[in-house]
Amino acid sequence: MNETEESKEEARQDSERELVLPGDFITDGKFRAGSGTYMDNGKIYASTVGIKSIRSDFVNVVPLAGQYIHKVGDQVVGIVMDMGPSNWLVDINSPYPAPMHINEAPWRVDFGDTARYLNVGEVILARIFMVDEVKHVQVSMKDHGLRKLQGGQILEISHSKVPRVIGRNGSMIQMIKNYTNCRIIVGQNGRIWVDGEIDAVDNAVKAIRLIEVEAQSIGLTERLKEFLESIQKEKKV
Amino acid sequence: MGGATTDLKLINEKGLRIDGRRPDELRPLKIEAGVLKRADGSAYVEWGENKVLAAVYGPRECHPRHMQNPTRAIVQCNYNMASFSVSDRKRPGPDRRSQEISKILSEALEHVVFTYLFPRTSIDVYIEVLQANAGTRCAGLVAASVALADAGVPMKDLIASCAAGKVADTIVLDLRNEEDNFGSADVPLGIVPRTGEIVLLQMDGDLSVEEFKTALSMSTDACHRIYAIQKEALRKKYCVAPAVIPAEVANAIHEVATEKPEGSDVPPNEMPGTPKEGLQ
Amino acid sequence: MSGGGESAMSDITRDHIYRMIEKNQRADGRKREDFRSINVETGFIKSAGGSAMVHLGDTRVLAGIKSIVGEPFPDTPDKGVLTTNAELIPLASETFESGPPKQPSIELARVVDRGIREGQAVDFQKLCIKAGEEVWINYVDIHILDYDGNLFDAANIAAVAALKTAIIPASKFEKGEDYPFPMKHLPISATFAKVNGHLISDPSFDEENVASARLTVVTTENGKLCAMQKGLGGSLTRAEVEKAIELSLEFGSKVRKQVFDV
Repeated sequence: MNETEESKEEARQDSERELVLPGDFITDGKFRAGSGTYMDNGKIYASTVGIKSIRSDFVNVVPLAGQYIHKVGDQVVGIVMDMGPSNWLVDINSPYPAPMHINEAPWRVDFGDTARYLNVGEVILARIFMVDEVKHVQVSMKDHGLRKLQGGQILEISHSKVPRVIGRNGSMIQMIKNYTNCRIIVGQNGRIWVDGEIDAVDNAVKAIRLIEVEAQSIGLTERLKEFLESIQKEKKV
Repeated sequence: MGGATTDLKLINEKGLRIDGRRPDELRPLKIEAGVLKRADGSAYVEWGENKVLAAVYGPRECHPRHMQNPTRAIVQCNYNMASFSVSDRKRPGPDRRSQEISKILSEALEHVVFTYLFPRTSIDVYIEVLQANAGTRCAGLVAASVALADAGVPMKDLIASCAAGKVADTIVLDLRNEEDNFGSADVPLGIVPRTGEIVLLQMDGDLSVEEFKTALSMSTDACHRIYAIQKEALRKKYCVAPAVIPAEVANAIHEVATEKPEGSDVPPNEMPGTPKEGLQ
Repeated sequence: MSGGGESAMSDITRDHIYRMIEKNQRADGRKREDFRSINVETGFIKSAGGSAMVHLGDTRVLAGIKSIVGEPFPDTPDKGVLTTNAELIPLASETFESGPPKQPSIELARVVDRGIREGQAVDFQKLCIKAGEEVWINYVDIHILDYDGNLFDAANIAAVAALKTAIIPASKFEKGEDYPFPMKHLPISATFAKVNGHLISDPSFDEENVASARLTVVTTENGKLCAMQKGLGGSLTRAEVEKAIELSLEFGSKVRKQVFDV
């Protein structure tokens, strides 16, 4: 409890967080340089366009642009782009295509039989299961809840906007689900799957795009609520 | 470059140039970030009568595969002039001049990009000159830097670039066509503004060492002014309002993004750039 | 795969597009027969004799005209020359490769050229300086800057608008006074894609990726057809072709009115 109070206080004090650009000075030395920053001669500078964030012992920049860089444990929406006798190659919307070995599939796949279970163009919910030091990546579908996705629609948003779309404790995405009755899965890789009745899907997509475009505006939660309420009213008419 | 004679008075009695500029004056410069939909990052520059567009794709899988580097990304910059960009129509396709410029621009950009974060990939930068009036390689580099930042490619800093030269025995900044054609020297420069490192430098013509130093100081100074304009272009795109994000918004993004407090992609106290720099 | 742009087409996206089109809806809110809005800016490039920047939705194309003095072709000694070239530069899309023009770029240039030539758009005799010896050689260079489908229409409109507002730089070559490029007609192209059995107008990038056939129809202001091109591996029915012609005539008038006030 003390921790949350403390961090809220920090947030209040540090309430005006600046937009920083590559090369912008952030702070002097006793901090650790986190993601989106680099250290040079004891000083810390931004390495991407983003919002600087100074915590008690480290500094980072929350990026406002840039590719999805896979991290172990991330849940991603992938598209199968190629396959061989013992694996599939999955596009995870990153600079790196991700192989998935038949041992990591949720089915019992014999060697050479990959096409029976998953084909090029199909969409899967998978998890990043291995990343090495030179960014080779592999995905797996072995966890609970991971599966082939069918029907519905996929949209892609900038990876940097994923946190905003999810919202604090998932509040934003839950709001959209409640008003549209859609199933929505947000991949960490910026791909979002939406499924439901066709008009509801359209509205959910519009709502997500609204968040994406207005990610930095004040009163976004209110505006989103207004939008969702207006479409609900339309339905009732 | 140079040698040709002209009736044009490149510098008049008042010390002004043919377009009315003082020797140390830049042509009007406008930059816009994020102008293309498809590219990962882009920028458009209007500098004097130059109109230059830059687009970035990447980091992405490196093609051709044999060019892949197992430990880092390669930066491939392609500079091209549209056929209608110059007075006498240019045949489409890369000529030797474009290839040379592509090479030196790639090398300049590679110095500031944290390529070690993206092994085996390529960061492709395309520069298209739509209308040319001398200084297009500098305009291209200015645009390319903004486009890379717009694409969210991790960088040490932007690169600012400007040329200086000699015209009628006077060192002048930012040559235009006539000054480039009838002047006696041209020195394009590209620097990393924060550190002053020189990442692009060419010279042709006839200069004494003193004159060269003057030209270098003049263009270095101009680069800092250009840097401010580059940054302004990025701020304009990424900010709805001024450079300060309102607390409510910043906190929301911050809290959500740091649910799992994490370190940088590289262990702290390690410089995620070219290690031979000795920056630590 | 690069982020930000589109990635591999998935079954889900394809099926979604099919379902929507079945209901006469498209991703950007259009109906099947709707074209996107067009914006044309001429005179954008001062180093060219004429130029036009066209926005068709998010597709952006720039055309520039350059004229020089040269020899006529032996079989048309009193006529000027027009050459059309299209550059699908990698800047515009991750699907464009660098290098010499490939088939899509060549097809695009030839279809745009055919529309202008067969539409009798240019008064070639007014481009003659001295019969048998000197005529104006005119280059139409089309640069794609941003790709979201339907390059044919964007390129055609850019080329026609650039030519219409171009000036022959006669004074620069000491061949008399500058004069406006001699355009007689305004051939406008309209392109359609067949997606899951339905004909849609002005396909976007995603729609082109799931289309089985494509048809471009070029019409002139007097209601005549001057060029057509069917593309992609699927087929069209006669009814579809006739419908496309009807919609092209409509679109052509609309564009002429909006862009050229004709």
